[in-house]
Formats: sequence, C-alpha cells, structure tokens
Amino acid sequence: MKRFAPLMALLVLVLSACGREDLSALNPQGPVAQEQRDLMLISILIMSIVVVSVFAISIYVLIKFRRRKGDNSIPKQVEGSHKLEVIWTVIPIILLVVLAVPTLKSVFSLAKDYTEDPEALQVIVTAHQYWWEFEYPELGIKTAQELVIPTGKTISIQAKTADVIHSFWIPSLAGKTDTNPDGNVNKMYFSAPKAGVYQGKCAELCGPSHGLMDFKVKAVEPSSFERWQIAMLDTVQLPSDSEIASAFESQCLTCHAVGDYGGGAFPNLTGIGSRESVAGILINVEEGEIEYKHEDTVYNNLYKWIKDPEAVKPGNHMTGAYQLTDEEVAGIAEYLSNLTLDFE
Amino acid sequence: MAHAHAHAVKRRTGIMDWLTTVDHKKIGIMYLLAGGFFFLIGGLEAILIRLQLMFPQSDVVSAQFYNELITMHGTTMIFLAAMPIIFGFMNAIIPLQIGARDVAYPFVNALGFWTFFFGGLLLNISFIAGTVPDAGWTMYAPLSGTTYTEHHGTDYYVIGLQISGIGTLIGGINFLVTIINMRAPGMTFMRMPMFTWASFITSALILFAFPALTVGLAALMFDRIFNGNFFNPSAGGNVVLWEHIFWIFGHPEVYILILPAFGIISEVVSTFSRKRLFGYSSMVFATVLIGFLGFMVWAHHMFTTGLGAIANALFSIATMLIAVPTGIKIFNWLFTMWGGSIRFTVANMFAVGFVPTFVMGGVTGVMLAVAPADYQYHDTYFVVAHFHYVIVGGLVMGIFAGMHYWWPKMFGRMLSEKLGIWTFWMFYIGFHLTFFVQHFLGLLGMPRRIWQYLDGMGLNNLNFISTIGALMMGVGTIMFLINVVITMRKPKNLSNDPWEDGRTLEWTIPSPAPEYNFAQTPLVRGYDAWWHEKMEGNTKMTPVEPIGPIHMPSPSILPFFMAVGLFIAGFGFMYSKPADWGTTGLIIGAAGLLITFGCMALRSWFDDHGFHIEEEEILKDQGVKA
Repeated sequence: MKRFAPLMALLVLVLSACGREDLSALNPQGPVAQEQRDLMLISILIMSIVVVSVFAISIYVLIKFRRRKGDNSIPKQVEGSHKLEVIWTVIPIILLVVLAVPTLKSVFSLAKDYTEDPEALQVIVTAHQYWWEFEYPELGIKTAQELVIPTGKTISIQAKTADVIHSFWIPSLAGKTDTNPDGNVNKMYFSAPKAGVYQGKCAELCGPSHGLMDFKVKAVEPSSFERWQIAMLDTVQLPSDSEIASAFESQCLTCHAVGDYGGGAFPNLTGIGSRESVAGILINVEEGEIEYKHEDTVYNNLYKWIKDPEAVKPGNHMTGAYQLTDEEVAGIAEYLSNLTLDFE
Repeated sequence: MAHAHAHAVKRRTGIMDWLTTVDHKKIGIMYLLAGGFFFLIGGLEAILIRLQLMFPQSDVVSAQFYNELITMHGTTMIFLAAMPIIFGFMNAIIPLQIGARDVAYPFVNALGFWTFFFGGLLLNISFIAGTVPDAGWTMYAPLSGTTYTEHHGTDYYVIGLQISGIGTLIGGINFLVTIINMRAPGMTFMRMPMFTWASFITSALILFAFPALTVGLAALMFDRIFNGNFFNPSAGGNVVLWEHIFWIFGHPEVYILILPAFGIISEVVSTFSRKRLFGYSSMVFATVLIGFLGFMVWAHHMFTTGLGAIANALFSIATMLIAVPTGIKIFNWLFTMWGGSIRFTVANMFAVGFVPTFVMGGVTGVMLAVAPADYQYHDTYFVVAHFHYVIVGGLVMGIFAGMHYWWPKMFGRMLSEKLGIWTFWMFYIGFHLTFFVQHFLGLLGMPRRIWQYLDGMGLNNLNFISTIGALMMGVGTIMFLINVVITMRKPKNLSNDPWEDGRTLEWTIPSPAPEYNFAQTPLVRGYDAWWHEKMEGNTKMTPVEPIGPIHMPSPSILPFFMAVGLFIAGFGFMYSKPADWGTTGLIIGAAGLLITFGCMALRSWFDDHGFHIEEEEILKDQGVKA
C-alpha cells in the first residue's frame, strides 16, 4: 500500500472537500469510518485503472477504426488471441487480489466484539417506527433520539428493533448495521475522537417517515459525559402549573417518561430541552439563527410537533394518541423546552 | 409429406388474430408492446420520484404515495418492463437465428405472454383499488406483513407477481427446449449467435432462480391471506429468511436481465464493425461463468444484515470474482471493434455507448463487494447509482440498440436514423446526468428511498441536476415513441439484409419474416452462418429440404382465458378475508380457478393437430418477393 501513499494523499485532499463533517462518509471523523473510507479509496484507485484503460481503448478504437466514406473493404476476421485473452483475465485477477487482502482484514477487524470489554461503553440501540431508543445498561439510563457519548471511548453497540427492520447509520463515524426483530441482535462499535454533533440516519425502508427518522450522536468530553450521567439520573420536577401538570400526566406520561415518572414505551423526554432536535428532525436553533424550514427555536419546534405530529412525521404513532387544548400544548411545550440538562 | 392429419388452414383476423396467435413473432411484438407500456408507467413513476426530490423538503407527493411510487417503479421496471421486453426480443429473434419455424411450445408461449400480462395488470390495478404496494420492491418482512401493512398493497404484489412469474418460468423453459432441440442442421452449440447463447443461459437462470421467488411469494401469501407465520417473528418466524429467499432469486435476476443485453451488444458491435466477434468461445465461457457465479453471491445484498464476518468475507470474494468474466466480455467487445470498419448507426451508437457505461456500473459493483466499505454504501444513493448504471446504462441501452437493430426485421421498416441520433444523445446525456451525481449523493450521506432530504446538507444541487437528467431521459423516450409512430407510416419495402452487414440467419429471410420463417430449412456451415455464405460468394443459404407443405400450430384462445381465470382467482382470494368480501371472495376465486382448469381440460381432451401451409402459398410468397 505504501507506493500508493502519494496518490492516496491526493485523493484524500480531493474528497475531503466533499461533504459535511457531520454527515459525509467521505469526511470521516472516527477510526471506523476512516478505515471504511480508506478501503473506498483503495477500491477507487484500483477501479480507476480499469476505467481509464477501457475509456482509452474505446476512444482510440472509435476514432481509428470508424468507417470512412466509400470504404467498402472487408476487415480481417480475427477469431481471437490467446495472449490478449490471458492478459485480460490475469490482470483483473491480480487487481482483485490486491483489493481482497485489505477487504478481508477489515471485515474481521470491524467484526470485533466489544460487548464484554470493560473499557468500552455499552449501548443498546432499539429502533422504533420512526424514533431511536438508546439504553446504557451499565449506567441505568434510557434516552431517545440523541446518543450522548464520551470522546475517545469505544462505543459498543447492540442493535435491535421493536417493530420492522431499520438500519443504524452514522455516516461520518461508522457504516450501518441493520436492526433485526426478535432477539437477533447485531453488534458493532465505533468511537469519536473529536467532540461534536454527528448526524445519524435510518437506512432501511421502514414506512412513510423512513426518510425523516434521523438521530444525533453527541460526542462530549469525558468530564461532561460524567456530568450528563448524573444530570440524567437527577429528579425531575413536573410542570408547576397544576392544570398543565395534570394534562401532562394524563396525556403524555402514559407513554413517555421524564425522570422517574411515566411509562417507557415511547421516547424518554428527560433533558429534551437541551437536545439538538425535536423528534429527530426539527432542529433546535437560537432565535435569529433560523435558516431553513426544519429549524426553529426549541419551544416552537416542540409546539409544532405536539400540535400536529402527522405534519412533521407522517404515519407516526403519536398522532391521535392524546387530546390537548392549544393552551395545554403551549404549556407543555414551554415546560419541556425548559427541561434542560446542564452538563457541557 | 405428412398429410395424414391434413386440416383446413386456420387463420383469424383483426383483434382475434392477436388474442389467439401462437406465432412467436406476433407474441414477440405483443411482449414488446406490453413491456413498453409498463416501461412508460414505470418511467412516469420515476419522473414523479425525481420531481419530489428536485428540491429539499418538498411536498410534490405525500410520504405514503412516495413509498408506493418507489415500490411500483422498481417492481414494474424489473418484472413488467425489462423482462417482457427481453422476452420480446427472444421471441422475435431466436427462432430466426437458429433457423427454426417456431418455438418448441407455441401454445405455452402464448400462455406465458398472457399470464405475464394479466399478472402485471393485477399489480397495477392496485392504483385503482387505492391500496398500492409500498414496502419497496424487495418487500422486506415484517414491514410487508399484515401487522405493518394492513391494506392490500402487499397482496397485489404477491399475487400479481406470482401470476406473471408463471409466464416467465414457462417462457424460460420454452426457450431452453427450443434452443436445445430446434437448431437447423449444422447449427452446433458453438456456432450459435451470441444473443441466442446469452438467452439460453438466461433461460437456465430463470429455471433455477424463479422457483425461489415462487416459494418466497407463496410463503408471504400464506402469511398475509391465510394467517401464516413464516415471516412473523413473534410467532417464531424469521424475517432474515425472506431476505435470503428474495436475494437467492434477486441476484440471478440481475444476470437474467443483463445477459441478453450482452448478447444484443455482441451482435450489434460485430455487425457494424463488419468483423467476427472477438474471442467467441471465451465470450460463451464468460457468459456461462457469470451465470454460475450469479447464484453464489446473493448475500452481498445483505452485508449489513449481520450474517457475521465469515459469511461477509466469503461473499465479498465471490462477488469480486464476477468482475473477471465480465472484464473478458468488455475487452472482447473492444477488440471486436479493433481493426474493424465501424459504422455509427443508431443501434451501434447505443452499443458503443453501452461499453464504457457498463464498465462504470461494473467497477462500482466491485467497490460494493468490499463488505466493510459497503457498510457505508449500503442502502444509499451510491447503490441506486450503481444498479441504474447496470440496468439502465446496461440493459436499457442494450434494449434500445436491439430495437433499432432488429426493428427492420420485425416490422419491415427502418426506424429514422436522424431522429434516432437525437434519441441517443438525449437519453445518454440524461442518463449520466441523472445517475452519475447519485454516487456522490450516497457518499455524502443520503440514504435511498427517502421521501425528503433536509435543506442545507449540501445535497440540493446534485439532486437538482439528477432531476434535470431524468427529464432528459423522459424526452429521449418520447422521441423514440415519435420515431415509432412516424416509422409505422412508411412503406414496407426492405430487403432481407437491410443493414447489408448482417451475419446471422435472421438476415437471410424476408423482413418481416413470413409466418413459417424459413420456406426451406437452411444448412449452417459455420459460425456467423450468413456471413460465411456471403464470403463464399453465395446469395442465399443452402437449403436442406425441397419446398413443401409446412406444418403450423393452430391459433387458440385458451391461453388468454387461462390467464384471465388466474387473474380473477387472484383477485377473489385477495379479498376473501371476513373483513373484506368473505365467502363471496372465495367463490370468485374458485370461479377463476375453474376457468383456468376448464381451459386446461379442453386443451387436454381435444387434440389439435394444427394445419399445413401448402406449397402453392409458399411459392406465391417467394414469387412476390423475388
């Protein structure tokens, strides 16, 4: 591989111009995605040899051997050439061997099992029709839509689904793995050396809102991560306004949980006010920084979502599961937007 | 001669002629018409998909309708457009290429067409019924099961494809038997034209791959209609099983589609280079090898399913191996042109354009074979780009090449070359605009099958370009249709060998071929039989028999009604649950089956010995042509 180094470096330079740091598989931000990107580069290099030679021969042949006006000669009828045929059988085989060696190495290295590794952070990922549940079994924490991880640490993922097949993908950190039903758990690992927010996607068709089933991976310094753990386990106050509190308890906590309250079947809302997004797809920004249709303040996003979830994510299971007046929606959005965790 | 069973000449006219025909040439035309019709529907769906994705977060179609569009686009294009068009060519050309008067089983041939057609019709009626398949053309369980798809969408898919699958399977068997048994004297296997060879291997792949689909569809049908649990995890079923069954069929299917295109390209490139196909025997060998390997790589569609490192490693290597025979073919085409005298007819432009385009689809295929990198590519637009390079850049280009090349033989009229050149450039540029950028969309983080993508993710421009390209492909297709309409008004006045460089037997008989194809069965004295004679200064093939009465199969309406019966049965059973029509559904279903089995009984009990075309008629035909 050494002799390819300068070419590889050039390709890296070209490709790093491609795509967002938090989204592009060509702009890897962790060792796993890095390894996968390197394999892409090797295969692109080898394959460009093939493409260039075919294109060159094509162009030469089409120009050189085009039929001139009035030319009615019969070309020599060649049956074939053993020499040439051996050449274009053997060369591709050599190229494929060159590609197969790093492929095999990587297949086995990426299949490494970290689920018993005490150094790794264990996370159980459960996909649901159109949201992601993240459970930290060692920490006793369950959250949703936003996977908070410490930088530098290996994250050991066990992925499964609660309904249909989804696929867990963080392009800039690691390739995807499917989430299968019924105890068929898939394992993978990744890590993020740099703090930051990375975009996660569902990559297997799972229903109308498949394309909207985004999540975020938030990598924070280990010290912040510790503060986050503590904050997540802290007690949570219910809304101070008693009317809002009773609406929240009777309409929301039947499915959702905050702190020790409520049920666990649907996304845990603890700390939702400091998440990057509402419902994974409505991005929270400060007022005045709104640039795109899917961005708004956390309060507005919460209001929009609770008011009409169907308009945000068609086919989701929240639509029609509750009845709230406009005042209650506003009150609950207000309460949730202030349900923040101070850990960064 | 065989006048023991002399019967009156049976011929029908008008619409009844088409409904009852067992003539492979007419069935070929019907396949092309029906396949073309479904191609337009699938194309319209594609345009709608691209319009939805032209801008970020747009609402041209709803999320639900979008999923219906992608599902029906994939299903229609593969099963109802690409395969029937290929069968159209096989029907129209193979008997002519091997010097036969018809296929081995003309009646079965008609039955194959009608079951395909009514199966496809049933699938598309779902749009009218308002419950359209929406779980992707791969129909992964449990999304396609009754728990997550309560409406009848999946039922239309399962039963529609099951019925049209019967047509494909019996068509494949028919061509296997035809090619093995009905070659003219001297037409040994290693003298068969490349298109016939490729179709032969394709038919063998159909024979082994389609039963897997049939079993999968039957299991899914049991799950959905009779409350089975094959793919229901909560009752001990297994959803990964469906993935395996689907792809054990699905990957050979890719080669079922592409091999005949390889065959067409081989014929066209060789003809218009005025040169023998370079490395014919290695081409045959490569085709057979691709067919074999095609059955051993299905799990590369499932690298992210979690099969484990060993399975992923094995399937990675097996998949890479396919590049070797494919590479052999590519270089053989290039060296067929090398030293030739290349004429740029529209057919040849499509064939020449095919070669580098297909190579691009091929190299991304090898990239996808690298399992760890596939964890990134899988289910993104990179994959969408790859398989459209193979299927559109490969197969559809091959189809266009074949259309322009064999149109004179099928219809006795030449498509306009001038308009054809416009078609080619419009379609070719549109194609690359649409799909080249999609490689990058995938790598930049755009999953496939998504209804909307967010603004500000750096995906806007490439998606916009892609949509413009798709519209250009649409315009290109319309130009082709205009060409067809214009051409239909031209007089039928072509010679036997209108390209003048014809090499194979179909160019030794009138354009279009008479009902009996060959007045006298020809003697084949070498590879490229007709070219062989031309080079020896002969103006016609040496016949192996005197002119005499020709035995023909009788037309029959039974295949049509057998397919109608299956259509009615499928429709009835689909709605036979108590919540729908209940017993009425069952009765309708049973009535449909009764029609089908009744027709089968009629066919079995009443012998039909066919009829003879008499010597006088053949001589009259020849007199007119001479």
